[in-house]
Amino acid sequence: MKFGIVTFPGSNCDYDAYHAVADVLGEDAVYLWHKEHDLAGSDIVILPGGFSYGDYLRPGAIARFSPIMHEVIAHAKRGGPVLGICNGFQIACEAGLLPGVLLRNESLRFVSEPVRLRVENNDTLFTNRYEVGQLLTMPVAHGDGRYTADDETLDRLEGEGQVVLRYIHSPADADEYWSPNGSMRAIAGIVSTAGNVLGLMPHPERAMDALLGSSDGVGVFESVLARVAA
Amino acid sequence: MSRFKVALHILPRRGILDPQGKAVADALHTLGFKAVEDVHVGKHIIVEVSAHDASAAERDARAMCERLLANPVTEDFEIAAVSAS
Repeated sequence: MKFGIVTFPGSNCDYDAYHAVADVLGEDAVYLWHKEHDLAGSDIVILPGGFSYGDYLRPGAIARFSPIMHEVIAHAKRGGPVLGICNGFQIACEAGLLPGVLLRNESLRFVSEPVRLRVENNDTLFTNRYEVGQLLTMPVAHGDGRYTADDETLDRLEGEGQVVLRYIHSPADADEYWSPNGSMRAIAGIVSTAGNVLGLMPHPERAMDALLGSSDGVGVFESVLARVAA
Repeated sequence: MSRFKVALHILPRRGILDPQGKAVADALHTLGFKAVEDVHVGKHIIVEVSAHDASAAERDARAMCERLLANPVTEDFEIAAVSAS
């Protein structure tokens, strides 16, 4: 299975994503420079974290118009898997692949720490290796992670099971939602209506090895591999 | 074609949490500006564009706001001024 990892000017998690795919999972990975016009045969596209275009205007707003995004959007419309992590989530929202937007953290502080997450739906392309209610630890590192959408959109996301990950306060009370950034309804990750695009602020690609704090992110990659290979 | 300068205001939509505006309001209160009731922080963008006339320049600027300069989910924009440049 071939993963295409898009590098925008200002991306800084593309190497982490490459390491996760190539070294941890042993799958093919290729970098896709944002000026390219094809996905080089990638089965799965990763929009990695970082600060594309210096977050000018709004995070993701300018990256969304990079030439490669034309192909990424076409891939998504064909049902191809797209994984948007952190800045990649912001780009996916700006590109209209996912609803809503990520705004400046409520605290106005950049948050960089491991967070606790609860799996809300495991019947998705990206979470089928987890159990519903399973608690995960992954790092976040962002200044603009406050998921925001109108009530109608939030209700629809919840009703359709598109909210796949929420932040929780502590494993001791997994039903108490809390968010490090002020996200509406403590949303950490959502999938598109068709289910083939996942956007999340936490970094699964940096949670691939217990030695480095957590291997809870492996399931995201194994989930999509299991479905795409099937 | 003439050259126009279009000034745009982009502001967080009312009702959406604006922590930056709140932080600035708190700082103004601390400085003694007790009369400050609310602050909204947005962007002021100036686009210089060639167009046949001012209304064409404004129409172009509106399209730019809708497609890129403002996020329709959380921001409102207004064309503050169009002037010959």
